[in-house]
Amino acid sequence: MKRQVYLDHAATTPLLPEVLEAMLPFLREGYGNPSSFHSLGKIAKDAIDEARCAIAEILHAREDEILFTSGGTESDNLAILGYARKNQGEGKHLITTKLEHHAVLEAMRHLEKKESFEVTYLEPDRDGLVSVEQVQSALRPDTILVSVMYANNEIGTIEPIAEIGNRIQKWREAHARPVLKFHTDACQASAYLSLNTEKLHVDMMTLNGSKMYGPKGIGLLYVKRGIKLQPLQFGGAQERAIRPGTENVAGIIGMAKALEIAQRDRESETARLLPLREALVHGIQSSITKTRLNGHITQRLPNNVNISFMDIEGEALILYLNEAGIYVSTGSACTSASLDPSHVILALGLPYEVAHGSVRFTLGRSTTKEDIEYVIQTLPPLVEKLRKLSPVNVDPKYYR
Amino acid sequence: MPLQSRPISGTQGDVTTKDGAQSWFYTDVVKDHFFHPRNFMLESAIESDYNAIGKVGSPACGDELRVWMKVDPVTERILEFRWRTFGCGSAIASTSMASMIVTENGGMTLAQARKLKPMDIMNRLGGLPARKFHCSVLCDKALRDAINDYYRRTEQFDKMIAEAARLIDPVAKVTDHDIEEAVLEGAHTLERVQQKTKVGIGNPGCLPAVEELIRFYKEKYFGAS
Repeated sequence: MKRQVYLDHAATTPLLPEVLEAMLPFLREGYGNPSSFHSLGKIAKDAIDEARCAIAEILHAREDEILFTSGGTESDNLAILGYARKNQGEGKHLITTKLEHHAVLEAMRHLEKKESFEVTYLEPDRDGLVSVEQVQSALRPDTILVSVMYANNEIGTIEPIAEIGNRIQKWREAHARPVLKFHTDACQASAYLSLNTEKLHVDMMTLNGSKMYGPKGIGLLYVKRGIKLQPLQFGGAQERAIRPGTENVAGIIGMAKALEIAQRDRESETARLLPLREALVHGIQSSITKTRLNGHITQRLPNNVNISFMDIEGEALILYLNEAGIYVSTGSACTSASLDPSHVILALGLPYEVAHGSVRFTLGRSTTKEDIEYVIQTLPPLVEKLRKLSPVNVDPKYYR
Repeated sequence: MPLQSRPISGTQGDVTTKDGAQSWFYTDVVKDHFFHPRNFMLESAIESDYNAIGKVGSPACGDELRVWMKVDPVTERILEFRWRTFGCGSAIASTSMASMIVTENGGMTLAQARKLKPMDIMNRLGGLPARKFHCSVLCDKALRDAINDYYRRTEQFDKMIAEAARLIDPVAKVTDHDIEEAVLEGAHTLERVQQKTKVGIGNPGCLPAVEELIRFYKEKYFGAS
């Protein structure tokens, strides 16, 4: 069989066998509805409670601060739409960044366009970093919510969330604006960074099962006690009626297990992946001319490598790599339904042709030194072949 | 259970074919041309060996295509058609396919080549995903640009046909090209085209012309409904 190298862990991760094991009983005999008043229901309810408890402990939170949702998108939407709508009487100004996930950006745009909110979109620097000072100077008397992602899904840049959260907390106290809250999308951070909500000074935090070797279709929103959200859907009393609907029992159990393992192993995985990440970057840059590493060189996730290959189009390259059994992603327009290239690469102030040629390699638990060597050995002739077909010459100032 | 899928050359979503055990977004013909591109301009080639050049797009919009043609001055048949493209898999495959179509069987005459439609290229490729239609539009545009270049060089100015945009709605500054783009991006009703272009919103007098253009481009790219 042809060698397969999966380097798209930021898109999704495989389910860990331990996670599947934990889930299976609830897909088989433990099928009860947690709302039912009989033993089967009780078993499911107890399992959810236990999972909620375990998750709360990892996040340094309380059980009633964990809301289960269908995934990262719903959690982001609930945090932003739910909070903005519920608290708009106190102000209609929101702050976010230009490199957020679409689940945040589109929710913000919706509020801006349809519900007369004002949104400030902070510009990151060339490396994708947003500073504490930028956030502070954007704060206004009518600001009610700031949302900044923990780590970027495309370029892996890690934002200074704890500092931003700390500054917002101080501003809130100094200006007596308890309504001002801070949300972070931590989906990409969950396998590598601390999720201690106290130390991060976050009021809301989004997590997603499928980025941490858990199942798809399950996510959570940490919501600090006292915060009021307007529901996005209506029905029963599940999740304190903020997120009604019969619970995804197996999903919740799986996510709890996945989070436990991810956080238990995050330091050892980081230590294992860092040299592999560096070997990949170095290997590509020393064997291929005209490339650019997108994102911050050190303030980045240990599993993320995002490189623009000048003069070629990312989609063409990922299809060639696919043929060699290497699975990666691109910020090229041609793989997006909108035909727009990556908004993240463009937010770095780079031109369209650099965004079109960007390729994201995201490493994970299964990635080995041999995988990285295989990629480094496979890539150069493919890039060379596509460059021969290309009439373009990107301005050297973008890759020197 | 293996997922069964068939090539779709319609207006919905991705083309998915089954390639042994592997799933693929394009048809086998597209794949063949993508991995084994025909007639691309070699690095060693000398530009002055060609008597017509065409160019369309820019890397900023995601695609740039350049073509070089060798036209027989007596028969005006296309003897050679070379290209280079900055584009995705379907851009590379459609250009490669177009280069074959215009040069096979002794080569098309320029008059025949001018009539080459994106649909002709797509049909030979066995279909492209709906959102990739614009890629094959690019290569027939580059071909016509090169044809004009040949006529200009040979001073047959009467045969040059300009592809200037026609302003349809002077209020919203929408041209026929904008409507063409909107249709290619999947807007097949007046309402959807208006969402994309704002055409006619402040100038309803142009709407009959807009509807006519939507019909025209739908038939041109997607066949009769």
